[in-house]
Amino acid sequence: MADGNRVWALEVEDLTVAYGDQPVLWDVDLQVPTGVKMAIVGPNGAGKSTLVKAAMGLVKPVAGEVRIFGRSGDGAEGQIAYVPQRATLLWDFPTDVIDVVTMGTYGRVGWIRRSGAKERKQAEAALEQVGMAEFTRRPIAELSGGQQQRVLLARALVQDAPICILDEPFQGVDAPTERAIIEVLDGLASAGKTIIVVHHDLQTIPEYFDSVLLLNVRAIDSGAVADVFTEENLRLTFGGRVGVLATSGTGEV
Amino acid sequence: MDLFGDYTLRLVALGSAILGATSGALGSFAYLRRQSLLGDAVSHAALPGIVLAFMLTGSKVPLVLMLGAGLAGWIGTLAVRLVVRRSRVPYDSALGIVLAVFFGVGLVLLTHLQKQPESAQAGLESFLFGQAASLLKRDVVAMAVLGAAALTILVLLWKEFKILSFDSDFAASIGLPVRRLDGLLTLLLVVAIIIGLQTVGVVLMSAMIVAPGAAARQWSRRLAPMVVTAALIGVTSGVAGSLLSSYVPRLPTGPTIVLVLSVIVVVSLLLAPGRGLLWRSLKIASLRTVPDLDPVLMHLYALSHQHPDDPDHGHPVAVIRTMSLPGANIDAALEGLASRGLAERTPGGGWAPTAIGRREAQRIIDREAGEGP
Repeated sequence: MADGNRVWALEVEDLTVAYGDQPVLWDVDLQVPTGVKMAIVGPNGAGKSTLVKAAMGLVKPVAGEVRIFGRSGDGAEGQIAYVPQRATLLWDFPTDVIDVVTMGTYGRVGWIRRSGAKERKQAEAALEQVGMAEFTRRPIAELSGGQQQRVLLARALVQDAPICILDEPFQGVDAPTERAIIEVLDGLASAGKTIIVVHHDLQTIPEYFDSVLLLNVRAIDSGAVADVFTEENLRLTFGGRVGVLATSGTGEV
Repeated sequence: MDLFGDYTLRLVALGSAILGATSGALGSFAYLRRQSLLGDAVSHAALPGIVLAFMLTGSKVPLVLMLGAGLAGWIGTLAVRLVVRRSRVPYDSALGIVLAVFFGVGLVLLTHLQKQPESAQAGLESFLFGQAASLLKRDVVAMAVLGAAALTILVLLWKEFKILSFDSDFAASIGLPVRRLDGLLTLLLVVAIIIGLQTVGVVLMSAMIVAPGAAARQWSRRLAPMVVTAALIGVTSGVAGSLLSSYVPRLPTGPTIVLVLSVIVVVSLLLAPGRGLLWRSLKIASLRTVPDLDPVLMHLYALSHQHPDDPDHGHPVAVIRTMSLPGANIDAALEGLASRGLAERTPGGGWAPTAIGRREAQRIIDREAGEGP
């Protein structure tokens, strides 16, 4: 983090995205400081996945701008490691664990060239890190949901990018996997990487993250969890049908 | 009448082998990307291109007709994209519309031509079901050049096409031009299709695209072996079909190739280890006794609601068993939950969900409430 004129890891300005004539994001502003662990929360259809896709240029906005470390346009290349929603992938694809993780190196290997022994070493190290070392040659069709998620996380680790964006990484995974993912993310954050996670479970936000964006088509509020994750803001985001509050502690829904 | 003595047979077998290799390899990608119908639409859309190419040039040189077929097929894929983007018509319906419209136009043009007095058009209708006997040396050379070009591009851009097919969002996130790669892969598929039109015809060509990949998938666990297997299955069908139709009088080559291919597909679906139907039914029988973990967790969660002030209150296995399907191995399921940290044995010998298990159960309920009909 530079003193004085500060450069945001990710900066979104006046972003509006529509599918057909249906606006999914409306005039969203967001500043993500370098090195934070930020959760993006909001109800279904709030545009959470669309926001992260627009941040990477996967979705064309109607209006607005996205800057990665101060650069707009193609400056994002190699800056963001992306873990898509597990359920959107074709897990019946004929490939094995090590091959999927090696895909994380394709960005720097470049066109036409094959990945080699060096890339394989990096992939194996990443698998070690997520506790999947013994699954190297396992076909991905034979993995459990939690194992699939770890493989995707390992692929992101291999990318070694300064920003890591994960879309619903805890959806449908078992408890040990959830803990393993959190450990890895904590490690990345303490190494100075910026973590952005689309997240579903309000109860774990104060424990897992230090900043949060509350999103419901518009950006309701964003900033440090302690300042932003309030009853009032949650009601604004979820329209009053939320019984889970950070303050109540019991976690009954 | 054998493969090495008969010149025509050798030519037909070689042509069919080239056709089988290219359509098998490129069709594998169409199969994996759930675009099997695209091959069907493209091959049918090629018919008006063939007829128009003849009407415009008056030539029946295969390269000219192939060019017409390729152009029409390519325009067909663009039409599908346009319909999907500009209307609310879903992808599969758009394919059906384009297939029907293009094929219909092709048939109208063909019928119109056949009513003409001169007989120069004779033979064009053989593109419907193919006529391998009409293959000349120059045709096979053209097929070989086109096929080699398509396969070379496939090998060069192997990792790009792989990642595009497996996870296109991720491909885009690392900066690959996903749209253009998708267009190129479709173009290669069009090339594979026009290679086969003279031999197999527009109607049956889609089988040559889909079937080798579908069969090869049953035997392979990784992409490269699958694509090679699919190409080999294509070659085998092509050569075997050519030989069979030359031994049996009046057996048409194209349909025979497709029949051989169909036999390979059926055998693969039934017998392949790991994925075959036979294998699976054996495996399912051995798994039947252990129930899914989720329902058992839900039962534990429901039971824990009876003691809201004591979430760790244990419940005996017998209670959970009566809540579950008869014959289910509840002990194994509970051990499975315990090993995932979702449930634990209580001091009294019963079972209770852990805090994480309760959260997971609530998450399942939320998910089903959110995504239910």
